[in-house]
Amino acid sequence: MQFLCLIYGTEGKDPQPGTEEFGAYMQEYETFSALCEQNGVLVNANALEPVATASTVTMENGKPEIMDGPFAETKEQLGGYYLLDCKDLDEALEYAAKIPTAKYGRVEVRPIMVFE
Amino acid sequence: MLPPYSLEQTIEQIVKEEWGRILSCIVKNVGDIQFAEDCLQDAVEAALKNWPEKGIPKSPAAWLISVSHRKAIDRVRRSKNFKSKEADLSYLSQLEQMDFGDETDQDIPDERLRLIFTCCHPALEEKTRIALTLRTIGGLKTEEIAKAFLDTPSTMAQRIVRAKKKIKLAGISYIVPDGEMLQERLKGVLAVIYLIFNEGYSASNSHQLTRVDLIEEAIRLARILMNLMPKEPEVLGLYALMILHDARRFARIDKQGEMVALEFQNRRLWDRAKIEEGNRVVKQALAMQQVGPYQLQACISAVHLNAVSWDVTDWPQITALYALLYQIQPTHVVRINHIMAVSYADSVAVALQLLDELQLEQNMSCNVSFLLLKADLFERNDQLGESLKLLERAIDLTDNEIEKRFIKRKLQGKSSYASR
Repeated sequence: MQFLCLIYGTEGKDPQPGTEEFGAYMQEYETFSALCEQNGVLVNANALEPVATASTVTMENGKPEIMDGPFAETKEQLGGYYLLDCKDLDEALEYAAKIPTAKYGRVEVRPIMVFE
Repeated sequence: MLPPYSLEQTIEQIVKEEWGRILSCIVKNVGDIQFAEDCLQDAVEAALKNWPEKGIPKSPAAWLISVSHRKAIDRVRRSKNFKSKEADLSYLSQLEQMDFGDETDQDIPDERLRLIFTCCHPALEEKTRIALTLRTIGGLKTEEIAKAFLDTPSTMAQRIVRAKKKIKLAGISYIVPDGEMLQERLKGVLAVIYLIFNEGYSASNSHQLTRVDLIEEAIRLARILMNLMPKEPEVLGLYALMILHDARRFARIDKQGEMVALEFQNRRLWDRAKIEEGNRVVKQALAMQQVGPYQLQACISAVHLNAVSWDVTDWPQITALYALLYQIQPTHVVRINHIMAVSYADSVAVALQLLDELQLEQNMSCNVSFLLLKADLFERNDQLGESLKLLERAIDLTDNEIEKRFIKRKLQGKSSYASR
């Protein structure tokens, strides 16, 4: 079954571009992605641009209402995701724990809904 | 003599006793806890109709499993999206072929470990794990569990239904974890059982007789687990620990319903049979040479219970056990207990010094156990004024009624002593 691993972090809390740690951090991501691919569990993965680039839209009275920024101003923001195909939750959690940002933020694991 | 059970009560008893074994087996076959439970419920209704006429079958569990499988087929046939369930149906029909009807209890595969590990999965909230374990393995009714946790039946029912749904949708597998994960998850299972026990233990303090006997239930669950995992020393350790605690049940509370400290308990009220059993199991566990926190706590309890009086307690032994426990479980509670043991094994002065060291490392002035021990040490050191001050502080800090009364009685005892 497929699991979406949502990577949440506080922007600026994990290694930032230009710092010494950043290279190693990115390397960890590459290693992790390679591991997922090699084990045949990787469906898709992406990083998101910072939350400052977010726009939110709702339909009000049939018209789109557009706002600057994310829907909820929480401290932790969605920074990226992995869509993995695993045999069960335990396996998905095992992978999720290896996502480098898990050390600085948290990873929420959600099953993809299956319509019968 | 006990009044004879009615047939209905007997059936209910059998169902409760066998519930976990039957349910775990059906879940294995149908794959979903809620669905399995609904089918089992149907089967129980059938039993209530059928057994009074035809008598209780040779193996009630086998009978209930067979009928549950049949009920599962009925339910799938009746379901709206019957078409998409054809695969399920052919599988279930196969199950119907392997009728358990004539078989004995021994032929039923025991799947309870899978069920326990599933119910105690860390992806479920702690209270949910407890409720689900009591419901599915213990066979307690939702209303009984609600009562035990002072929840309304509907709240508890919702919690349990949501949990079963999560297990299904979140992809929690119906397995016993292996390798490294087994030990980690086993700790979680043991914690759930011990929480049930402690819930019962504190309930007996407050004399809530309407509560289900959670102590009995926890011991029963541990016994089941011990039979399923006889080579896991911590499982044995937990069982021994609970049996040994429970051995003091009738000495812990006096006639007025007040808590009695171990020091002042009437040791003749301790249950010898339980102590023997606890001793035996803890020895068995220690022989496996893989010590753990439950075994150590059981050992400490055993040392206390095997002493004929408080004064002849083997304090050096208890001190050593607490020191070991602290290495595995470095908590304040363990450290304070260790210092308490030191005060008897060594001296009050040494213990006071250790308390000061602890205070230097971390501010303990709001920790009730710390204050109570310090008060006790001061009293034994003839510093009654200091002792009184600490007790008064402690009483302000606790909001546990029983503990409050307990300290109050201590205070009353002391102030009259001081004025004498």
